[in-house]
Amino acid sequence: MSAATAPARTAGPAGPTEGRVTLPRVVHSEWIKFRTLRSSWLTLLAAAVLTVALGTLFCWATVSHWDRLPAGERAHFTPVEHSLRGYLPAQLAVGVLGVLVISGEYSTGMIRASLSAVPRRLPVLWAKAAVFGAVTWVVTTASAVTAFLVGQSVLSAKHVDTTFSAPGVTRAVLGAGLYLTVVGLLAVGLGSLIRSTAGGIATVFGLLLVVPGLAEALPSNWHDAIAPYLPSNAGQALTVVQQGPGDLAPWTGFAVLCGYAAAALAGAAVALKRRDA
Amino acid sequence: MIEAVGLTKRYGPKTAVADLSFSVRPGVVTGFLGPNGAGKSTTMRMLLGLDAPTAGHATVNGRRYAEHRAPLHEVGAMLEARAVHTGRSAFNHLLALAATHGIPRRRVEEVIEAVGLREVARRRAGGFSLGMGQRLGIASALLGDPATLILDEPVNGLDPEGILWIRNLLKSLAAEGRTVLVSSHLMSEMALTAEHLIVIGRGRLIADTSVAEFTRRASSGGAVRVRTPDSVRLGELLRTLPGVTVTPDDDVQVLLVEGADSEQVGRLAAEHALVLFELVPRQASLEEAFMEITRDAVEYEAVTAAPALIEEPTV
Repeated sequence: MSAATAPARTAGPAGPTEGRVTLPRVVHSEWIKFRTLRSSWLTLLAAAVLTVALGTLFCWATVSHWDRLPAGERAHFTPVEHSLRGYLPAQLAVGVLGVLVISGEYSTGMIRASLSAVPRRLPVLWAKAAVFGAVTWVVTTASAVTAFLVGQSVLSAKHVDTTFSAPGVTRAVLGAGLYLTVVGLLAVGLGSLIRSTAGGIATVFGLLLVVPGLAEALPSNWHDAIAPYLPSNAGQALTVVQQGPGDLAPWTGFAVLCGYAAAALAGAAVALKRRDA
Repeated sequence: MIEAVGLTKRYGPKTAVADLSFSVRPGVVTGFLGPNGAGKSTTMRMLLGLDAPTAGHATVNGRRYAEHRAPLHEVGAMLEARAVHTGRSAFNHLLALAATHGIPRRRVEEVIEAVGLREVARRRAGGFSLGMGQRLGIASALLGDPATLILDEPVNGLDPEGILWIRNLLKSLAAEGRTVLVSSHLMSEMALTAEHLIVIGRGRLIADTSVAEFTRRASSGGAVRVRTPDSVRLGELLRTLPGVTVTPDDDVQVLLVEGADSEQVGRLAAEHALVLFELVPRQASLEEAFMEITRDAVEYEAVTAAPALIEEPTV
């Protein structure tokens, strides 16, 4: 405990990149940070459970009421969308995690240790986004595929299930994972700009849940011009197989959502570079 | 080697650090001293490129901090003990920092051992005591085996054993030829640890000098405490000398003399055959010297730049 000796100097830097900060090393560091916090896994678990459990529940409810459903409802029934419905609440868990990966550093003071180690700063943001994005994509895509498969097996009791080979189905299932990942990256950008957990989460929830509701209150011609371009509406176009009137085309909508996320991350990068830590 | 040139930081109308220039040499422990709110932490954050100076610049080992490609090997810093995510263990915290420089796991274990945190390294840092947090902060500063160390109030919250440990650690790091800058608001602690002092008050440089010189300067002029049955007579005699002031004490036999040293007082008493019971030279303690010198700076500031309030920003 009271050893007064300094640790011996280890061998100094040997080569030109030996001991230097490189992007792969910062990514490795961010992966260690990500995996060593309980909140990372709890929020991802919540997202997975919501996606699979709610999707299964909706499918089960439909099957048990199928014989009593009005013909119109049966005609519009889309088995893939029904089994994926759980991704909507899951986006809140993913959004919370996206904010937390960066705001947690600000609230604890860790950010100053991180930026002292990587004084160029931007690699920290890119590495964080990359690690978060990769892990979230794997978990949410696996959850969406699981929800789809379980959901279809439930629906098969009434022979209303579908398969990956049906038009738009594969795109919708994989689209749910992509949507959740990009929503999460949008949250990383906003969390980094706002630097507070509460403020960041409130902003993400407001953008995803409240703003579309407010848009409903606009005169219909304004609403029709604006609503499809809101981040949630635009991104969700990727997960539907029956396009509504006024919806953006799937990949167009997804590109719009990616634009929001890119803008948030770009703003975060500028702020990170310019502001005092 | 640390060099600050005209370092200035303003937060809106408030000036936290004003035109501060100093250099910190390797091989000795340099104390960075000032009352709370003097701008020590702000200065240290600017040295590390965490806060951008409003004017001026700082270099560490010849370059601005942000220009170092392997900063942890150049500079080890402990800014505040709580620059740690509370949900992560000490070991994982250090492992994540080490990974940015490709520093091996073996080195992480080494520094944990060196600061005496082995028993608790796997526990969440949020549950650490202040002292354990300080040790973790020191461990992260030592991680890259840097030539320069910048530590903000490292003895805060440590028990006497921990304080002794830090003191010896800092001295041995300096003895190895490293540059060591340690901030503190405790003059007495710096007197025991540091050889050189950089003193600031209200963001301005007050002194850049050796500890010995600082004490000498602070206690120059002489002050003597005399106890004599002939205090009235001796007082009259002393007051005739130029530059001497005599203050009576609560004890009628005691005089507090300023402007004359014990030798002069003793000779004067002998010449007039006065009996002395006590003749004590009063060395101003470092703490008093520090208070005296920083108070002057504060008063100077208050007169010339009253609206420029200075506060340590709470970040």
